Amino acid sequence: MPTFVRTEKCDGCKGQDKTACMYICPHNLMKLDKDGSETGHAMKAFNQEPEQCWECYSCVKICPQGAIECRHYADIVPLGGSVQPLRGSDSIMWTIKFRNGTLKRFKFPIRTTAEGSIDPYGNKPMPKMSELTVDGVFTRAVMGGFRAGNPAELIRK
Amino acid sequence: MAGTFEAPEVVYEELDVLLVGGGMACCGTAYEIMRWAEALKAETGKELKIKLVDKAAMDRSGAVAQGLSAINTYIGDKQDPADYARMVSNDLMGITRDDLAYDVGRNVDDSVHLFEEWGLPIWKTDAEGVRHDGAEAQKEGLPALKDGGQPVRSGKWQIMINGESYKWIVAEAAKKALGLNRIEERVFIVHLINDKNDPTRIAGAAGFSVRENKIYIYKAKAVMLAAGGCVNLFRPRSVGEGSGRAWYPVWNAGSTYAMAAEAGAEMTMMENRFVPARFKDGYGPVGAWFLLFKAKATNAYGEDYMVKNKEMLNDYPPYGQAAVPASCLRNHLMLKEMKEGRGPIYMDTVTALAKLAETLTPKEVKHLEAEAWEDFLDMCIGQCGIWVGENIDPREKNSELMPTEPYLLGSHSGCCGIWVSGPTDVGAPTTEEYEGIPAHLPKGWNWGYRSMTTVKGLFTAGDGVGASGHKFSSGSHTEGRLAAKSMVKYCIDNPDLKLEFDETNEQIAETIWRPVKTFLTHKDYTTAIDVNPNYITPKMLQMRLQKIMDEYVAGVATYYNTNDKMLAVAEEKLEMLKEDSLKLRAKDLHELLRAWENYHRILTAEAHMKHIQFREESRYPGFYYRTDKNFVDEENWHCFVNSVYDKHSKKWTCFKRKHVDLVDKSKLFKAAAPH
Repeated sequence: MPTFVRTEKCDGCKGQDKTACMYICPHNLMKLDKDGSETGHAMKAFNQEPEQCWECYSCVKICPQGAIECRHYADIVPLGGSVQPLRGSDSIMWTIKFRNGTLKRFKFPIRTTAEGSIDPYGNKPMPKMSELTVDGVFTRAVMGGFRAGNPAELIRK
Repeated sequence: MAGTFEAPEVVYEELDVLLVGGGMACCGTAYEIMRWAEALKAETGKELKIKLVDKAAMDRSGAVAQGLSAINTYIGDKQDPADYARMVSNDLMGITRDDLAYDVGRNVDDSVHLFEEWGLPIWKTDAEGVRHDGAEAQKEGLPALKDGGQPVRSGKWQIMINGESYKWIVAEAAKKALGLNRIEERVFIVHLINDKNDPTRIAGAAGFSVRENKIYIYKAKAVMLAAGGCVNLFRPRSVGEGSGRAWYPVWNAGSTYAMAAEAGAEMTMMENRFVPARFKDGYGPVGAWFLLFKAKATNAYGEDYMVKNKEMLNDYPPYGQAAVPASCLRNHLMLKEMKEGRGPIYMDTVTALAKLAETLTPKEVKHLEAEAWEDFLDMCIGQCGIWVGENIDPREKNSELMPTEPYLLGSHSGCCGIWVSGPTDVGAPTTEEYEGIPAHLPKGWNWGYRSMTTVKGLFTAGDGVGASGHKFSSGSHTEGRLAAKSMVKYCIDNPDLKLEFDETNEQIAETIWRPVKTFLTHKDYTTAIDVNPNYITPKMLQMRLQKIMDEYVAGVATYYNTNDKMLAVAEEKLEMLKEDSLKLRAKDLHELLRAWENYHRILTAEAHMKHIQFREESRYPGFYYRTDKNFVDEENWHCFVNSVYDKHSKKWTCFKRKHVDLVDKSKLFKAAAPH
């Protein structure tokens, strides 16, 4: 399902410091055609290598104009369906349209904290260098995740 | 001075620590190492210069970019790390490093607890046994995992999450820990550099920007190489637009394995591969369907092949006799049905959902339907694309299952990768019993720094660590964290290390930019840009590689069969392909990215082929068969197959290392059936 960009909706992220889809695509597929020489549509983005698209939807989810959608892989999937998300700050809403017209909507949470609010070391202890070679990570004492294990299980120790 | 396509700018920087990659493993390293670096500075005043370089954007890079619907490794308070090590071992047909698995097992929950604290919604089960999604659970005051909250287990080791933003959240913590000035995105590291005075030591790494005409050369004492597994080295089942619909992310190009091998790192179990049986074409996950919704897979005539063909498991004692047979053996039983003409194989979603609905209220049924869709929407949206295009409602129509093309990886149900130093406190061997191991390599399973490869200063995690699969997202993050500490230790222990590159900056730049130079030199020789006797496009080179691997090295074309003769043909063809890789062309920076990715795929593929050739048995029936040695030979091959690559002669040397159990594996098995 390579992604495609709707000509009438894409504004080339003019108001942003960088093009959102180009910024995010993990496989470097999205490209801004600045002068229109590649697509005939100046200052609009396009998927430059659709057969390498993993359909991860990173570009679809991040596009501020909602200009990016997916047309499912033409060598596999019959035409007519669509799967389109709207990703908010704490949840994502999916609109799913079947080829036969059936419509489904789902909403799922995506995070329980505000974006950008993570304080990585805020309430965490400062490790001591003398503990550098002790097994375990620096949050071992506070995160309750260390599973010491039954020593008898280690048959060669 | 800004570079041009003809003459790129070369940026040179000296660091203490370089992190290559931005996936779960490197995010783990970033989070852990910055805290220790802070402690080091507070106690000694010494500051470590650290940088992370990612070929994509950390928010959505690596295997978790799309999201996940489950965390597959969470031990919990009711299981022992030894149980985990046993499961890992059996799923990988007995040849894994218990020291590495055990170490992940005892530490992994710490990372999962952090993810939840950072905002990842984790499903919970309440006192009545009712399950709640991660946000609802929090609103209703159900405790966090850290405080005794009960996860929703979709399997013995798996817990369900609302994981659309899993990577985004984990990357946010890593990016904040590092600070933006220590992160370089859209720079693809393609080449590691050894020390001139000690070729078994790392001295740095180099790559290029995919956005500007810039080459980056880093000198670094310690390098974390965690750039994922390898996808698309075999011809995929879909070869048009759908060739991007790989099961594992298509951007995992074997860079970890190829660069490590070229730097001289000892590789391990590169014969191992993973052939997931997944929903056909979309490669949607099956775990929740099997484990949470209790669906059965059947042949086209409705027969449960795991029951029907269960006698076949007795051919592979003891691995077939475990309560949960190894993944490859489950494929083995499925392939029998396919080969004998009883396909397609189906996931019986209709029966499973109907059965669950019998005891549920209409509201619960609706919730169940949402869960089934979320399983795909969180991590494999493409599968939903197929369902909507083909009008498949899982309540009304069953979906086809299919074993995929082979993948190479070390973090999922696979264990190829790099041989690393393990923990010292779990009884791992410190000597070596086998002959034939090159003298410069360490003896035993630990040599000073946890997660260090056999190249001094070169570390790895996640898909990079071989002989220890089933780490998944959380375990990869954990391995990254464990490695971080040793990297700090390595820097402290080597304060006066004077590194010198074994090649000049000019040579490095020339190598990296060769495909561009080749293009510029020859582009006007013909009138068609893609057809030119002086060069090969990255795309055609990839297709040639995929054809060789598919047809001779046990791809889907031969139902995963190969033999000594086919491997010999592949060997010769790969040799020529490797030679031709010097003629790769790049007409722009995007193609330069693809050129280098495909070079990395070739080396990875070559390692895979050489290891299969060396191991004279079929260790993973269902993943591949050597039809000339179509058995598991416990007497001669219950061992690791390791290798080293010589970047000068471009030759591989394979050898055995002895396998030792550190935990008792007999607990896994039912009594062997009489044969």
